[in-house]
Amino acid sequence: MPTAIERNMLQRLVAEGAQLVEVLPREEYEEEHLPGATSLPLRQLTGDTASILSKTVPVITYCWDGT
Amino acid sequence: MSVRAAWRLETLGFEQVFRYGPGKEDWMAAGLPIEGSKASIPRVGSVARRDIPTCRLDERLGGVSARVLATGWDQCVVVNEGNIVLGRLRRPALEGDADAIVETVMEPGPVTYRPHVVAEDAARTLAERHVQSVLVTTGDGELIGVFRPEDASSA
Repeated sequence: MPTAIERNMLQRLVAEGAQLVEVLPREEYEEEHLPGATSLPLRQLTGDTASILSKTVPVITYCWDGT
Repeated sequence: MSVRAAWRLETLGFEQVFRYGPGKEDWMAAGLPIEGSKASIPRVGSVARRDIPTCRLDERLGGVSARVLATGWDQCVVVNEGNIVLGRLRRPALEGDADAIVETVMEPGPVTYRPHVVAEDAARTLAERHVQSVLVTTGDGELIGVFRPEDASSA
């Protein structure tokens, strides 16, 4: 089950090497995204597109406001 | 959206999946850095005046007023020990009874903007509403500074 985290936990996990993934449409990612985030839009999330990520390293998803 | 993406990654075999629910809005509202084509657009958080004086709820107006006016400001932000905005003092309240306690004469719950609001957009809105300035706080209510429409053009 995915774990919900807040900002300070995100910062800690990223500092420890977690993968940060923005799932909004790519246009929104290109305009502004969190430092170091990778773009993986939800509508394009498949086994193939997710292969850019490591399955053994923690991954954090985010969008605009969690809705 | 981040919830569904997180669940989908789990079904794809990802071992440790986290979800930052508050998202980009929370991050930007905290005034943290961002990347991207719009990252360099001036925001109210980056151009806000941070030297605006502050005071506490239980101070006497006389002391606060003398301190504020001596610095050339005509307003003061009422904050708690965590720098969370509780109110605002402006003229003519600043020139009131010197023995009054700040809490009794301040404007409670002033309007605030988050730091990621685009400065030009904020300036336009304030000008349309004939508002001279607005406080800028993080999403948690912590004071960053005060933004005035003219600050957008100086960015």
